[in-house]
Amino acid sequence: MSGPVTKDARSTEKTHEPKIVAFCCNWCSYAGADLAGVSRLQYPSNVRVIRVMCSGRVDPAFVLKAFELGADGVIVAGCHPADCHYINGNEKAAMRGDFLSEFLEDAGIEDQRFRMEWIAGSEGQKFADVVKKMVAELERLGPLCEEDV
Amino acid sequence: MADRKVGAVLVVGGGPAGMQAALDLADSGFKVYILESGLSIGGTMAQLDKTFPTNDCSMCIISPKLVATGRHENITMITNAELKGIEGKTGDFKVKLSRRSRFIIEEKCTGCGVCAEHCPIEGANAFDRDLAPAKAIYVPFPQAVPLVYTIDKGLCIGCGVCDKFCEAKAINYSDEPDKEEVIEVGAIILSPGYDVYDSSKKIEYGHGVFHNVLSNIEFERMLSASGPTEGHVIRPSDGDVPKKIAFIQCVGSRDAQTSNTYCSSYCCMAALKQAVIGKEHVQGLDTAIFFMDTRAFGKEFEEYLMRAENEYGVRVLRNNRISKVEEDPETNNLMLSYLEGPDIREEVFDLVVLSAGARPPESTGNMAKVFGLDLNKFGFCETDDLTPVSTSVPGVFVCGAFSGPKDIPDSIAQASGAAGKVAALLSEERGKLVTKKEYPQERDVSGKEPRIGVFVCHCGINIGSVVNVPEVVEYAATLPGVVYVERNLYTCSQDTQKKIKEVVEKHDLNRVVVASCTPRTHEPLFQNTVKEAGLNKYLFEMANIRDQCSWVHRLEPVKATEKAKDLVRMAVAKAATLESLPQPKIPVTPAALIIGGGLSGMTAALEIAKSGFEVHLVEKEKQLGGHLRRIHHTLSGVDPQETFEQLEKEIAEHKNIKTHLNETASEIKGYIGNFETTLKSGEKLKHGAIVVATGGVEYEPVEYMFGKNPKVVRQTDLGELLAEKDFKADNVVIIQCVGSRNDEYPNCSRICCSTAMANAMKIKKEHPETNVFVLYRDIRTYGFAEENYNEAARLGVIFLRYDPASPPRVVATNGDIVVEIDEQFIEQTVTIKPDYLVLNAAVRPNPDNKDLAQLLKVPLTKEGFFLEAHMKLRPVDFATDGIFLCGLAHSPRLIDESISQALAAAARVNTVLSKPFIEAEGVVSVVSEERCIACGRCEDVCEYGAPRLEEISPGVIKSRINEALCKGCGSCAVACCARAISPKHFKSEQIMTMLEALLADKDEEVKV
Ligand code: FES
Repeated sequence: MSGPVTKDARSTEKTHEPKIVAFCCNWCSYAGADLAGVSRLQYPSNVRVIRVMCSGRVDPAFVLKAFELGADGVIVAGCHPADCHYINGNEKAAMRGDFLSEFLEDAGIEDQRFRMEWIAGSEGQKFADVVKKMVAELERLGPLCEEDV
Repeated sequence: MADRKVGAVLVVGGGPAGMQAALDLADSGFKVYILESGLSIGGTMAQLDKTFPTNDCSMCIISPKLVATGRHENITMITNAELKGIEGKTGDFKVKLSRRSRFIIEEKCTGCGVCAEHCPIEGANAFDRDLAPAKAIYVPFPQAVPLVYTIDKGLCIGCGVCDKFCEAKAINYSDEPDKEEVIEVGAIILSPGYDVYDSSKKIEYGHGVFHNVLSNIEFERMLSASGPTEGHVIRPSDGDVPKKIAFIQCVGSRDAQTSNTYCSSYCCMAALKQAVIGKEHVQGLDTAIFFMDTRAFGKEFEEYLMRAENEYGVRVLRNNRISKVEEDPETNNLMLSYLEGPDIREEVFDLVVLSAGARPPESTGNMAKVFGLDLNKFGFCETDDLTPVSTSVPGVFVCGAFSGPKDIPDSIAQASGAAGKVAALLSEERGKLVTKKEYPQERDVSGKEPRIGVFVCHCGINIGSVVNVPEVVEYAATLPGVVYVERNLYTCSQDTQKKIKEVVEKHDLNRVVVASCTPRTHEPLFQNTVKEAGLNKYLFEMANIRDQCSWVHRLEPVKATEKAKDLVRMAVAKAATLESLPQPKIPVTPAALIIGGGLSGMTAALEIAKSGFEVHLVEKEKQLGGHLRRIHHTLSGVDPQETFEQLEKEIAEHKNIKTHLNETASEIKGYIGNFETTLKSGEKLKHGAIVVATGGVEYEPVEYMFGKNPKVVRQTDLGELLAEKDFKADNVVIIQCVGSRNDEYPNCSRICCSTAMANAMKIKKEHPETNVFVLYRDIRTYGFAEENYNEAARLGVIFLRYDPASPPRVVATNGDIVVEIDEQFIEQTVTIKPDYLVLNAAVRPNPDNKDLAQLLKVPLTKEGFFLEAHMKLRPVDFATDGIFLCGLAHSPRLIDESISQALAAAARVNTVLSKPFIEAEGVVSVVSEERCIACGRCEDVCEYGAPRLEEISPGVIKSRINEALCKGCGSCAVACCARAISPKHFKSEQIMTMLEALLADKDEEVKV
């Protein structure tokens, strides 16, 4: 992976449908995503959730792999600080996330493409909002250039 | 000789409460019979579309329970049957039953439904409140348990078509109509539920005469995807979609004309829910609810009310008892007059829904006769505030709406509570009459080519109305490894479980994928099914195409279908990589830790101890009793102090209970079956389960001059003042909702209206000359407490309604205080000079909850009460196994409700402690010794001490993970610099496979 990779935003066709992968921890964020459904909150269909037991399970390699395979954005979502079902897996995730953000920036991947979010089981609305926001931003940014990833 | 006891229990009535009691007891080692008069268990809840306050789909959440009950090896269901007689005494009853014939051989019927397809006769469907037709051979609803057909002899013409088509040869026309049998049980739990008031009896509302007047249950069926209109809201008169719906509350409750003067407790919330869901079904729908009071008294209910009003725009019209409904014969529109402020208005609606209340069940009379049971004046089972699950007959217990109208979580808690009482009563017989569930030998699938079966669920119309399910099915069939695909109306129903098992066998499947709802609720159900089919339960994967697809992309069916396909493709790809995982058995320490020694904690402690387990009761103060020490009369006027002393004595004397006073937990380690708690003093306790009973605190008001003027007191102080002899006052003013239902603490404190009535009545009875004024927003004396409200009014208590926007004003003038209130009814300002100003201060969460929640890793609500695993069906469980809660730690509640919950927590603890072993989850991490370079980062990163560096052979150090300690979170795998650790079921390869399935070469695959 190398080099700045984004096409000019204005040249992007409106029809670009960003692909987003969201890694959600089982206990809070996945539950939050479910609650968005139970509450029938509507959000764009661009996101696909991969359930992991804890955000601390998310290996930076998964995130890189997702970008490499053509994802336009990646979300890692876990319990709020101090709420992690495994005590502090989310703190570890946060540390890795910071490191990863820097790495991605160096690789020319805009920081809007990678988000760490704390979403509680009661925050269906937040899950929906996070997705909405990211979709809007990625639509503005346009696709990642494949050859550059 | 000691009295004989039988380790079996009869549960009469198979609604949510009956099922819960049965499951708790069956899981604690007792044989259980469920006697159900209907054709299926599930009760009224099976008819509901959604449940408040989470708007969960009712069938979705009850379905796993139906299935779990139906397939439990220690539960025998006796449906379509009646109680006939009873002999014996507590511990040893003989119960005579009579089964009505279904004219079907139950053991042979597969529930396939071919008979009904061909049956030429159509009658009305009672489950759909006669809004839909049913055949002469039928099941009450598709998810019925047991799924056995029944011939309605009233409709059947004896043509013999069903017999001809029944492959299973299950039809038996000439069966005797009734069969009697006798069963032996040690205890009986009555949970017959309730009947809905027949609203056509209130002729002024025109139900049954005017087409567009529906009862609340009829409307609920209309909202249901599997109901008669498939979830479409229509006017029965012309099939048009209504634009305006009115809900009339308190139909057949709080009504002296019908002599049902009690409040039915759940209808306010049910109407709000129906109005909200109605708005979701029909765009731009106007809904108006005519309330006498809004009784949103439960946990988070007030917030629901506010959301309904402010976000959804449901019109909430208080102070209204609608006197009649008139119909325009031409348009079939309906006209209502109502009050808005002091003005009378008239309005025309397209549809009117009558919120019919609860009545005691029809069978009550028979039951009272058979058991010699005391009923209250309305025909509900008589109970006492301090013994809320006991009836007048020893050995016979009660739960659910039969002891008074209540909502589902309160019924479930009471049901577990009754189970707790029974478990203690029959503790010596535990385990004697039960059989252990045997699963078939697991097939070895290692090294075998994946043969994947995919089951795609319509979930009624929950999925099918958005996602093109047939298209997904067709697509799934093209995916690598998939050898079988089918779609189901409800994949979770019992018949589908059977189907899955058959298919696994027939097609030699070694992996199963279900595309339906969320694994968080339904994975255990399907895992059990594949286990029964001889597969390891981890050879199962789910795709969440409902909660995270059809429900959230309702307006984009094409995109939702594409997403569903992606999710199925990812699940199938992962399924191909799944492996069988062993589940180690972990021994259980048969002891419980109770945190908090108030009424709830004490009650739970005693019941667990009586069940034969050791109990550590930890109380932060120097004595037990908590808040209860300050309560001198309950709603029904009983002084709880005597009972309290008795409880204290029993606890002190019980050999199984160790009380730790002046103590708190400073560290809690471990997991279900194996906790270790360190107390402040350093003492270490080992236990298998935990009950959180930390209680609540009374709010310290900052308003109304509390603390500044001695005449201003709180409700509890008033209780104490009244207990003293020399109470004297000309005027007493009680202000309700002090510190609750505001911005900071939006919810209702639930108990204050009832306690206000109890105190006001006591004043009026003992000091008739004293004027008592109650300043309120809504009077929320739910259930039988409504009687106290009526009685208080009869005794001359004066009720003045205020608007929260202009709350009462209190000023002090030379020693006196003056209260001014802008009364809403009469729209005038009233001035009173009270001798006592009593503030009904809110119940607030215990401030210690925060720290404890962190110690236990369990969640709190926004307000700071503990948050249970599921608001409807798991009221006393935490999501974390082995930890339970009760009493005010959960939310504000009355004494009888706290006791019920405490007993419930005890019953739930019993389900853990009564087993010698718990089967651990198979999702743990393993180290590849080949790769491990003993860097030790796994040790550093694990909070549970699971990985340890060990010398495995001289000079060779490797990491090893203790499976019993490992939680499977996978943190160590990421930390490992040699990539030597692999969290089973969430292996890196598996996640990468999912990513590849999702993203790589998608275009090519989609073309198929
Ligand atoms: S479990 Fe949610 S972040 Fe750890």
